[in-house]
Amino acid sequence: MAPASPLQVKIRTIELNVYYGYKHALQDVTVDIYANRVTAFIGPSGCGKSTFLRALNRMNELIPSARTTGRVEIDGINIYDPEVDVVQVRRRIGMVFQQWVPFPKSIYENIAFGLRLNGKPSKAELDAVVEHSLRRAALWDEVKDRLQHSALELSGGQQQRLCIARALAVNPEVLLMDEPCSALDPISTAKIEELIEELKHDYTIVIVTHNIQQAARISDYTGFFYLGRLVEYNRTRELFTNPQKRETEQYITGRFG
Amino acid sequence: MGRGSYGFRKEWSWYTLVGVAAISMTALAALAIVGLTLSLLGHFTLEGLPHVTWEFLTQPPRNNNTEGGIFPAIYGTVLLVVLMSLMGVPIGTATALYLSEYAREDSALTRWVRFGVNTLAGVPAIVFGLFGLGFFVQFLGKGIDRIFGLELVWGKPAIIWAAATMAVLTLPVVIVSVEEALRSVPRHLREAAFALGATRWQTIWHVVLPRALTGILTGSILAVSRGAGEVAPILFLGVAYSLPELPKGLTSQFMELGYHLYVLSTQSPDVETTRPLQYATTLVLLLTTFALNLSAVLLRLRLRRG
Amino acid sequence: MIFLFIAREALGIFTAADTAVGSQPAATSELSPELYGTESESAAPEVYNPDVDFPEPEAPAGPAERPVAEPGQGTPPLLANLLSTTWQPVSSQPKYGILPLLVGTLKIALLAILLAAPIGILAAIYAAFFAPRWFREFLKPLIELLAGFPSVVIGFFCLMVLASIVQESLGTTFRLNALVGSLGVAIAIIPIVFTIAEDSLSRLPRVLWEAGLALGAQPWQVVFRILVPAATPGLFAAVLLGFGRAFGETMIVLMASGNAPLLSWSPVEPVRTLSATIGSEMGEVVWGSLHYSVLFLLGLLLFVGTFLLNVIAEFWVRRRLLRRFQGTTAAL
Repeated sequence: MAPASPLQVKIRTIELNVYYGYKHALQDVTVDIYANRVTAFIGPSGCGKSTFLRALNRMNELIPSARTTGRVEIDGINIYDPEVDVVQVRRRIGMVFQQWVPFPKSIYENIAFGLRLNGKPSKAELDAVVEHSLRRAALWDEVKDRLQHSALELSGGQQQRLCIARALAVNPEVLLMDEPCSALDPISTAKIEELIEELKHDYTIVIVTHNIQQAARISDYTGFFYLGRLVEYNRTRELFTNPQKRETEQYITGRFG
Repeated sequence: MGRGSYGFRKEWSWYTLVGVAAISMTALAALAIVGLTLSLLGHFTLEGLPHVTWEFLTQPPRNNNTEGGIFPAIYGTVLLVVLMSLMGVPIGTATALYLSEYAREDSALTRWVRFGVNTLAGVPAIVFGLFGLGFFVQFLGKGIDRIFGLELVWGKPAIIWAAATMAVLTLPVVIVSVEEALRSVPRHLREAAFALGATRWQTIWHVVLPRALTGILTGSILAVSRGAGEVAPILFLGVAYSLPELPKGLTSQFMELGYHLYVLSTQSPDVETTRPLQYATTLVLLLTTFALNLSAVLLRLRLRRG
Repeated sequence: MIFLFIAREALGIFTAADTAVGSQPAATSELSPELYGTESESAAPEVYNPDVDFPEPEAPAGPAERPVAEPGQGTPPLLANLLSTTWQPVSSQPKYGILPLLVGTLKIALLAILLAAPIGILAAIYAAFFAPRWFREFLKPLIELLAGFPSVVIGFFCLMVLASIVQESLGTTFRLNALVGSLGVAIAIIPIVFTIAEDSLSRLPRVLWEAGLALGAQPWQVVFRILVPAATPGLFAAVLLGFGRAFGETMIVLMASGNAPLLSWSPVEPVRTLSATIGSEMGEVVWGSLHYSVLFLLGLLLFVGTFLLNVIAEFWVRRRLLRRFQGTTAAL
């Protein structure tokens, strides 16, 4: 777990606040997330960790009552700037959901979807990207003979890896993962965790999980959210061996959650 | 990170245009529907309103339907829907009660009843007319005549058979609304009643039905509004071209608003001169159905809130 | 009590069919009494047959076969008559060729659904995905209002307004023709198509929408490339049910389509449909006559047609829709 590349800030949030109607869901979150690292956010449900993740690619805007203040900078550019095109943001910041959602199309078409959004890539290009993305998501060997089959025939774990492949196909820089394993069996979970290890060499990965062990296993940095605040943020090893705040300690030792 | 330096500016492409075109098309279709509905409403209001007079509403037609009013048609329509409700609502309510209170959701019987209700809803109105003629008039009516040795009293098209046919036609509407109402009765109310030792029937009678009354009412009103607007099924079930007097009994012939409009606009000897009458009739028919629909909607809103 | 309901349903659904068939042999026997002998006794003057009396749910399996099987016993004239191209029931030599009526019905229903389906589905897409909230709140009651228009009123509107508009703009020979009728029917079925389409679109899992956007798709791309394809079975059902309604619509075509039983596919000639024929002739027909039975046969055709459409829409389409989403819905 010793990343070779030097630390470089990829995402910086500055006094980020999110409100749902009158509910103050996220309060003054200021944090640096580093490139080519896995950063995990943990906390009990309803603590704001998913809200935080969705703020990073402006998905919260889809909720009518949501309001966001503060800054989220990607490579120094505030993505909440009015001049910024939200579609461009989402192309560069991919997202994988807790509930895997393959489109009701073939496996091939699921991956090709993102590529077809901006132009008409050639068949050869598509084939190449589909294969590359599926390989990166460690799914190629399992599905290469049935690319034209419906994506819904795959098992849950395979569907989730397909969703990761689909996100990778549009070549994002950041991959946001919202509890990607919470509905999976242990074997599928292990596969996805392995995959995350693998992917961090090329991507910045932010993962939200309520599985403390998982955060400890796979992440380089960990943040602990509680009641809408980022209570503590540190190197994973530090946070788990020597938590600075009482709430953090209580949470990671399983005294509430 | 070789690819990271570009910004997040909007990239213009001709796809943006395709998108705008696609969204505009859908918006246009929606606007077309709005325009159509409003122009229908406007047309009939403007053309009809000046001719809806007190005399028009209260007088019988005169001079072969070219003068006078539509009172017998209004009366006939009201009588028709009242009779229809008296027959259809109890049966519809009973079926809904069975479906939501007694039937097990997955039993074959329930599936068949449900399938029957769905099918019934999809059958063309005119086929109901045939059914009414074949079953109510020819079989029931003639049968009654035969049993009591009467000379063609029941075995001919009459308002009672028209109403019965309408009742069958509107059955699905009643069943669906009543079922919805019954389902909205909270489960704990039922369980509380059972816990007090009430039988299933006592629970339904004292707890469920009173709470579902609004829904039953809504269903009846919707059925009535559908019934008031349908003409096809009664075309050959005793509706009359022109009657100077009101129907005397259950086996009389009758006039009906929708049929009257049909007659005035297509069968009348002089369609042009009766045009004001036609538009006035249309407006009365529209106002009746819409008033009924509106009250059903309002009732349903209240039901959903409380 | 349960029996009552079942009987009720069975009667409603099946008696019309049974009556049509039950009276069929009776009528046939009148055509050629010498050939029938015994049968004409059982199918005596009184039209209510035992068939009407106790409609068995299984009976409809038979009816479709029987009128066809009948001629095998010696009445080819009737079958030939039914399949001929002229409908002239009231003449010295009655002709009951139902082909022009069938063609007319299909013509009206096809034209109507061609007009109504694009408008209804596009508007449903707009309402489900693009429309601002206030517009949606306004559109839905408006559609219900449109659905509440009695068909006789729409027929009247066609007769008075649309017919003139069509004639002026297209210069058609006949003021009342298939096009005018199907325009009216289209107005009547737009609410059905819209409601079912809108329902199936807005019932799609919300996560699909988010997943598409998260890939950097424009909202319209998500709508047209993911959501609409995903809802195809539902949209298909909307079209089928709309078609079924157009198939059986009576008053509008009776008033606005000219009512001439011509065998022609031209949209600007007058037509007469199965339903309009029943509606206009049943009132004057002699009960128990062959004409009467043929009208019931037309009713049976209408019933079977709409019934099949409903069954397809209900079972086949629903099941496909479910299967499409069992991956997502099972875990939701």
